[in-house]
Order: sequence, then structure tokens, then C-alpha cells
Amino acid sequence: MKKKSLFEIRTAIPRHIYLLSGISFIAFILLAWQIVSQLKLVNPLFLPSPIDVINEGLRQLREGILLTDSKASIYRILVGWLFATLLAVPIGILMGNFKFIEGLLEPFIDLVRYMPVVALIPLTILWAGIGDFQKFLILFIGTFFQEVLMIMDNVKNVPLDLIKLGRTLGLSRYAILKDIILPASLPAIWDSFRITIGWTWTYLVVAELVAANNGLGRRIMDAQRYLATDTIFFGILFIGFLGLVTDLLFKFAGNKFFHWNKS
Amino acid sequence: MSVKLVADGISKSFKSNKGNLKVLDSCNLALKRNEFVSIVGTSGCGKSTLLNIIAGLLAPSQGEILIDGQAIEGPGRDRGVVFQSYTLFPWLTVEKNILFALKSSKISNKEKSDLVKHYIKSVGLNGFEHSYPKELSGGMKQRVAIARALVYKPSVLLMDEPFGALDAQTRGMMQELLLNVWQEHKTTVLFITHDVDEAIFMSDRVLIMTARPGSIKAEIKIDLKRPRNYEMLTSPSFMQLKKEIIAAIRTETLKSLDINS
Repeated sequence: MKKKSLFEIRTAIPRHIYLLSGISFIAFILLAWQIVSQLKLVNPLFLPSPIDVINEGLRQLREGILLTDSKASIYRILVGWLFATLLAVPIGILMGNFKFIEGLLEPFIDLVRYMPVVALIPLTILWAGIGDFQKFLILFIGTFFQEVLMIMDNVKNVPLDLIKLGRTLGLSRYAILKDIILPASLPAIWDSFRITIGWTWTYLVVAELVAANNGLGRRIMDAQRYLATDTIFFGILFIGFLGLVTDLLFKFAGNKFFHWNKS
Repeated sequence: MSVKLVADGISKSFKSNKGNLKVLDSCNLALKRNEFVSIVGTSGCGKSTLLNIIAGLLAPSQGEILIDGQAIEGPGRDRGVVFQSYTLFPWLTVEKNILFALKSSKISNKEKSDLVKHYIKSVGLNGFEHSYPKELSGGMKQRVAIARALVYKPSVLLMDEPFGALDAQTRGMMQELLLNVWQEHKTTVLFITHDVDEAIFMSDRVLIMTARPGSIKAEIKIDLKRPRNYEMLTSPSFMQLKKEIIAAIRTETLKSLDINS
């Protein structure tokens, strides 16, 4: 038989090659970035060098700005996302199971879903003031309307035969929801949590765009005024990093909670 | 022997965009207590629809289902169902999957766990009590499903091609296992299959359904002695029965092909 190449269609490759390739790609980008800035191919005002960005990060860490900003932002993310999730789970479950509720709410949700969140900033300030509550509201709007539809789909994917089985066992509708549909859809719902909290992270800058005096997003917006591109770069990368950590935490917890789900 | 289950003039139509689709047309059948009856027919003849109606999961357009002379009004714990797809709860162990069926039973926890143990033994799953469904083969999953459908002692067991997804060897073992369990626990079984050998091997009677709209076309009594074993599959009397049934189904299959072409 011919030796297998790394490019067989839909074929597993050795794990170390898989991991190494991902790390090398990031290393390659960093290296290219360093070379471009070292050779001064681009004005440092537009593209600071990786070293500058790292130093900026260290400065923020030393001065305690990074910690205050992270705390403020993580708090906003958590409250905004939890608020959205606490509503999205029951409503999504109801929409996925009862056609009436789906018919009632889906047109409205689809309408709001396509509204640009940035455009809602003036309204949210008018309604909620300029405190943290306005930030929660922006994060909520950015998250909830997508999350609720995802949870609806998660619930709809529970095999109909499991529900039929519950009926033949004489279970009430409530018992079928609680003891069959909920546990059966939980791994998928958890995955939706993981994806939607990622979206909440992406709305952070939007939430801190106006009337915030701290936060990771705020720091980026401020830096624009002073042409501090190293601060902007560090801020963007750091938000990406925290997003990645959140994602890994959810994946790890999901594998623990739903060990019965892996094949 | 007394009559356990009656389907009286069951018709069922579904609305489709091409108009009404009649799936069942005045279907009649009667099962005696503790009888094992199979329904065979070409695919799409409405076998599964009929089973769903008997289970109470679908309402018939006409006719009614009687259990012990009482018309049913929906699904109930007097009827257990085993589906073709593996319907185990993946988040529960084998033991807990079976226990799930006893949730609403008004017996003590001790009695429940004794019952579960007993049925795990009946279907030969000792040692797998704490396994999750993902760790089981297809045949083992269906054994759990059978145990779960029997543990609350329904008086009728409805099976919708329960071994349809299994390979031929596993299927043969499962048939013998089901017969043993049935002989041990004595219950009335309505078994749907398209496998003629399976139907003859298992049943007291085999009912043959017509092509859609389905109704019971013929009934063939299987007087092979019990307990049955796999050697009977090649006996002359088995072959004779198989010949009859296949001929009857073939006529129906040809009819359904004519309609479609």
C-alpha cells in the first residue's frame, strides 16, 4: 500500500503534527510581524513591533491598569452573558418544544437579531444611563437574540423517539421536558454557551465605546486618540487571549460534565 | 384464551401537499393473551403507523384500539414499546435506564432495584449495570430497551422492527433471547418486521399486510413447537410456511410497484 500523506481526505493525522502545525503558524505570523517592523517596511505608527506590544503589556501589568481593566470587563461580560443566558435557556426550550411559542416569538427575534447593536448605543444610554447597566444591556442585546435561537435548535435536535418513549412510559409533558428533553439537549446547549460567550466577548468594545472610564475595550478606544498603536494591538490581542481561555474552560468543563456524550 | 388487544377498523390518512394520503384502510386484528404475533409487509405499507396507533402515539382517523375491551385514549403503561432506533438515554447507565421506567411506580426503592436486577439478568447484561450506552454494542442497547419495556410489566409489548439495525448474527441471538424472555415473563407481543424468517421463528401467528393503504390481508398460523431453536430455520415445515408468506408478500410488493411506476 502507498504511504499515507498528510493530505488524505477526512483522515486523522498524528496528534503532535496537528498541534505543532497550529503553534508554528502563530509563530510564523509573529516572526513575519517582527521582520516587517524590524526592517521598517511599515511606519511604526501603523504597525508597532511585537516587542513594543509586549512591553506595553508589561507596563499595563506593572501599573495595575491591566488588572483593573480586566476585572471591569470580565464583570461586564459575565453579568451581560448570564443575564442573556438566564432568559435564553427557558425561552429557547419553550420555543423548541411548542410551535405556538416559536410562532409567537421567532419573527420578533429575527427582526431584532439583524439590528446593528452599535446603532442601539444612543438608545441604551437614553434608557439605562451611562453606568454599568448600559454595558450589560449592550452585551445582553448582542448575545440574547442569537443564543435563544441556538438553544431552540439544540432542543429540536433531541430525537423524537426519546420523546415518544417518554409518552409510552406515561410521563406528563412537564416530566418529558424535565427528565428527557433537558438532559438530552444539555451537551448541545453547553456548546451554545461556549459559542455565545465568545460573541459576548466580541461585543465588549462596542459596550465600552461610550461612557466608560475603564475596561479593556475602553483602553483601546482611548489609545486611538493618542495614536498609541501598541496599546491598541495589545488590547486586541489580550481580548482574543481571554476569549480563547474562556473557550478552553467551557470545552474542558463540558467534557467533564458530559463524559457520557463522547463517542 | 381471552382476547387482549383488538384493532377495530383502523384507518389513517395523512395530509400531504398532494392531498390526502391514505396509509391504513380498515385494519382489523385481535391478539389473544400472551400470544406472540408478527406483522410483515412491504416497506411503506403502514406497519409502523399501525403500531404507533396501537401505542397511542398517533390517533387513528377511524376505528379504535381496545385493550381488555377498553378503548385506549393515548399512550399508557399497559403497553410497552421497543423502537427500531436505539432509544436509550445516553446520560444514564444501563441500570438507571431501566430504573427510569419505574419512576412513577408506587413500589419501594428496594423492590425497584430488585426488579431492575432481575431484568438485567433476564437479558444477560450482568456486569454492564454501570456502563453507559455509548459503551454498548447495538444488540446490547436493544437488550436494555427490551428490559426497560418489560420492567414495569405492561400487558402488551409492541416492537417496531427492534432488530432491524443489527447484523445477521446478532439478530439471530437476539431472537432467541427475546423468545426466552417472553417465555419467562409471559406477555402479549405484537412484533413488526419485514424479515419473514424472523416472523416465522418468533410467532404464533404471522399477519400479512397489503400494500398501501395497508390492511391485514392474510393470517398464517405457525404451529412449530416451542421452545424453538435455530435448527428449525431449515426444517421442511419452516420452508413451507416461508414459501406461503413470501408468495403473499410478493403479490403485494408487485402491486405497490405498479402503483408507483
